[in-house]
Amino acid sequence: MVISFNSSPHLRKKSNLCPTFFKSPTPFREIMNLPADLLYTKEHEWIKIDGNTATIGITDHAQSELGDIVYVDVTAINEPLDKGVVFGTIEAVKTVSDLFLPMSGTITELNAEIEANPELVNKDPYGQGWMVKMTLSNLSEQSELLSADAYRQLIGA
Amino acid sequence: MKTTALTDVHIALGAKMTAFAGYNMPVSYSGINDEHHTVRNAAGVFDVSHMGEFILKGEGALDLIQRITTNDASKLTPGKAQYSCFTNEQGGIIDDLIVYCLPGNAWMLVVNASNIEKDWNHLVKYNSGNVEMHNISDKTSLLAVQGPKAKSILQKLTQVNLDEIPYYHFTKGVFAGRENVLLSNTGYTGSGGFEIYFENNHAVTIWNKLFEAGHSEGLKPCGLGARDTLRMEMCFCLYGNDIDDTTSPLEAGLGWITKFSKVFTGSSVLQKQKEEGVKKKLIAFEVEGKGIPRKGYDLCSEEGDLIGHVTSGTQSPTLGKPIGMGYVKAEYAKPDTKINLMVRDSSVEARIVKSPFYKQPS
Repeated sequence: MVISFNSSPHLRKKSNLCPTFFKSPTPFREIMNLPADLLYTKEHEWIKIDGNTATIGITDHAQSELGDIVYVDVTAINEPLDKGVVFGTIEAVKTVSDLFLPMSGTITELNAEIEANPELVNKDPYGQGWMVKMTLSNLSEQSELLSADAYRQLIGA
Repeated sequence: MKTTALTDVHIALGAKMTAFAGYNMPVSYSGINDEHHTVRNAAGVFDVSHMGEFILKGEGALDLIQRITTNDASKLTPGKAQYSCFTNEQGGIIDDLIVYCLPGNAWMLVVNASNIEKDWNHLVKYNSGNVEMHNISDKTSLLAVQGPKAKSILQKLTQVNLDEIPYYHFTKGVFAGRENVLLSNTGYTGSGGFEIYFENNHAVTIWNKLFEAGHSEGLKPCGLGARDTLRMEMCFCLYGNDIDDTTSPLEAGLGWITKFSKVFTGSSVLQKQKEEGVKKKLIAFEVEGKGIPRKGYDLCSEEGDLIGHVTSGTQSPTLGKPIGMGYVKAEYAKPDTKINLMVRDSSVEARIVKSPFYKQPS
């Protein structure tokens, strides 16, 4: 996905201006969560590869930038797709974004849970908020994806 | 990028920040939906200090305002305010604004941040020389405290009886121990509340005292994201989206602030437009299918002919469905007309509705 919001990179600089009851225990933004066992794209998708199948979603950073997600619309299922194609869109209250396929293959399953509860993408982007499962047609493409550390550098987290 | 007196506070609170009209502004803190519901049900504070404020003084000030705004400022007495527009010679909207009538032939005009320079130049162009003008935008802070609990929270911080300030009235007084705070019963959310204007050096104190006073009533900081969804549910126009230099107040449904009892820039063009009827109208619509309207999307008739375009749209947090505003050809503008919203490659059913989408519980 492409994040269209123009966000400041300096989001969590602390200062003493903050009223005390805001300082803890619930800051508005959590520390970015980036599981090490996933691979990432520059467009802010994650992919979990298991043999020749994979699960795909958007990163914690992406859901945070998008804000409240209203629905996920996957348009391309059960057809062979090339890496990088738009396989759907994600609508948030404020903006809409395309979803890009991290690797070539065929989408076999959509997450029915997020149709009824799109907020799962905000709450649990790497777990219950997954978007699609796919079979992979070119496993060598994974070398072009980003590790958690490389993705962390990309987003400056 | 410009900052407000509270930018560091927003960043410290972990707000998501964005560039808006050249200012580094908070978009959201706890999330747009949460902030939206907070304003509808309790109260929220918006830092809208990016807005522009001009002071006009002198014998000729009223005459200048009358010549370049659409509403009739001669109806105002000190302590009253009105919503109005600056129009160009073609009857297009240069900006929408609030006109405050201050004591002693003085006025305050509150304009959109993105239009401060354009509006100032417009005023200068029409000022025949006898009106003293001050742009106090950079030294003035503005907080919108909005929601059903806003008044009771604000009342804890001032001796001024807020019950005695009706809608679109204001007074100056001591607030949170700070002098010369303008308390205005106005806002752009549809949930009531006040807008308070004061000098920048009071900003951090007033912000903190507001949250001390409002914490127990659920007061939360809110960003421009929720401000946008709240105003959209009320069908309040956003300059640059729903109104601009090419749209007239009559087309935008702002006939109620366009007074032909006086002459103003573009009034003869608008008078003619009124007599002949407008060709396009700003309408509100609900989407019945799946798709969220966004600025620029096409609107088509049931038969599939292009009839206009979307100017604002979102998923309404209160209604739980997609809503939008847009201009359509006048013959399609009646409530209950079925239209189609073009979302990327597909056509989604929508229906024109009476505005506003949200009605405040009485």
